[in-house]
Amino acid sequence: MSHNVENRADEARVPLLEIDKVTLRFGGVVALDNVNFTLYRGEILGLIGPNGAGKTTCFNAITGVYKPTAGEVRFDGQTVTGRRPFEINNLGIARTFQNIRLFPEMTALENVIVGCDARHKTSVAGTLFRLPRIKPKPHELPVVDATNGMVRSWQSLRLACAKAFGISRHTLEERAGEAKAMELLRFVGIADRANEQARNLPYGYQRRLEIARALATEPKLLCLDEPAAGFNPAEKEELNQLIRRIRDNGYSVLLIEHDMRLVMGVTDRIVVLEFGKKIAEGSPAEVRENPKVIAAYLGVQEDAA
Amino acid sequence: MSGNHTAAAQAAKRQRGSIGDRWRRLPRWQRVLGALAGIVFLYYLPFLGIPGLVYLRTDLADQGSAWSAVLFNCAVYVIIALGLNVVVGLAGLLDLGYVGFFALGAYSVALFGSTNSPVVKALQVKLGLPQDWAVAWALCIPIAIVLAMISGVILGWPTLRLRGDYLAIVTLGFGEIIRICARNLDGVTSGAQGISEVPGPSGPPAAGNLFGIIDTKPWYWLALTVVLFVVFLVRRLENSRPGRAWLAIREDEDAAAVMGVYPFKFKLWAFAIGAALGGVAGFLYGSKAGFVEPSQFDVNLSILFVAMVVVGGSGNMAGVALGAVLLTYLPERFREFSDYRVLVFGMAMVAVMVLRPQGLIPSKRRARELHDRAEEAKVNVA
Repeated sequence: MSHNVENRADEARVPLLEIDKVTLRFGGVVALDNVNFTLYRGEILGLIGPNGAGKTTCFNAITGVYKPTAGEVRFDGQTVTGRRPFEINNLGIARTFQNIRLFPEMTALENVIVGCDARHKTSVAGTLFRLPRIKPKPHELPVVDATNGMVRSWQSLRLACAKAFGISRHTLEERAGEAKAMELLRFVGIADRANEQARNLPYGYQRRLEIARALATEPKLLCLDEPAAGFNPAEKEELNQLIRRIRDNGYSVLLIEHDMRLVMGVTDRIVVLEFGKKIAEGSPAEVRENPKVIAAYLGVQEDAA
Repeated sequence: MSGNHTAAAQAAKRQRGSIGDRWRRLPRWQRVLGALAGIVFLYYLPFLGIPGLVYLRTDLADQGSAWSAVLFNCAVYVIIALGLNVVVGLAGLLDLGYVGFFALGAYSVALFGSTNSPVVKALQVKLGLPQDWAVAWALCIPIAIVLAMISGVILGWPTLRLRGDYLAIVTLGFGEIIRICARNLDGVTSGAQGISEVPGPSGPPAAGNLFGIIDTKPWYWLALTVVLFVVFLVRRLENSRPGRAWLAIREDEDAAAVMGVYPFKFKLWAFAIGAALGGVAGFLYGSKAGFVEPSQFDVNLSILFVAMVVVGGSGNMAGVALGAVLLTYLPERFREFSDYRVLVFGMAMVAVMVLRPQGLIPSKRRARELHDRAEEAKVNVA
């Protein structure tokens, strides 16, 4: 995970994701109402609010599942609004889903390789004809290590071919993808069941597999939609560690979560939504003391007077 | 007691695995040898002399049995099933107009390769070429592939935004459009009259051709070679970026899009690949028949193609090939009962759907998807 490691202190306060006056209506329902917030490079921003506040809708507006009725989402200086989901992923935004949406019949490893494929180029023609050929770097050459004479001459032949004609981009990408996917599975801690069907994995593994799959697309921003839902305290602590490690590897994180202990512990700043409106923003300590937030979560007494 | 027994038997079966699993567990050199032996056997098939198997009442050309002609048909339909499998089995798009591509393949060799075709005649006049000039057979191959692919893209471009049943209806229309165009564009296709003198590898139909009508073994070997080549190419696709993209789109299109897969692009590719294979199959069929007319490509054929894929086992190349062979060979073998063909066919389809909905040799993934859906349905009913 050497990817993206930079000194975060130098580039603090560089905006990465800007939600600019975003409004999203479904008929008469206003799911997001003039929402503004900014996520800075290298930070973990929490997005909280009661059920139905518009948190997941906000994710969907960012990742292109929904198009905002008004307003604009900018990412890394580029307009996101109006782009299609796969383009937004290519810009560098990856997400997980509240209700897990893996590819259930693929193995864990294959799920992550699909993520890696987002950064690969070989398409149908390249796969069929194994073109273009690329001159391999020394460590990419086939090894000749067999003791059996026949196998050894076969390996030598392959080595000679690789040197003479190069190796197809398809093959290089397949190998790189598999290696990277395996590394990511180790990173999230589920490498022991890499070759099991995603649908057969335990719940906690599936959640972490979604994170690995999202990381495989090499995002700058990782959006996690309730990653701790259904976790026990020990698992939540592991997740806490994982999110920190993700940030330490240079990713920015946007986190939707209901578990207040996790949110308060892991985030740098928090944005609070209620009924599609932003009602508060600030550090965890500030948000915790904010009367509006307390009212939103606990309700206000009607007859307070 | 008996419960224990079956549980033990099942456990043992699981340990041994299916035939496919056991095959995959063999060392590589054994698999290569096995595959080579199988290929040699396939090439040897026309000489096979098992009386009940090869006795066919198709016509009297080959001493009362057109065994290798039927083998040729089987091979052509296997190509079609493999192509349709890319669209239906891998990418999960139901295409009911596949006969359109088959027709386009057959018509490309007829229109450009036959001296009787209006297109060739027009070219002769325009370019001042001799009366017996026509595009060479081998050159018609790329023409067929490119035309089929282009039509696949033209069909897919507007329609692949649709999902499921809607797509099926539109493609059904496409198949009919091709046939109706072929029948009514008299000036281009000579309409219902059809086009004769369609060439084979050794030129226009004539006595003494290596690829003739009496001895059809060379035709079978040609088609079989194409089948093997197609299997090789489709296998490459299955285990690669496009193959995974198709699978991801089939399982959850929206999640795939968010993970950076461009669904439209890969669906269009699936359509184009499927169309190209349909075109190749039509090309072979047209050159062997020597005569192409619109009524050979009616909509029933499309349904038959889908039936081959579904009966054999959608998503599995061995399965769809078996489906194609069975649905081609059995009607030929039992021509005596051809009056009941539709009845038997219908009953067989119902039986397969009830007893083995995932197909005869199912793709593992497909079988589980189907099973999951059945379980979901049960839960929803309850």
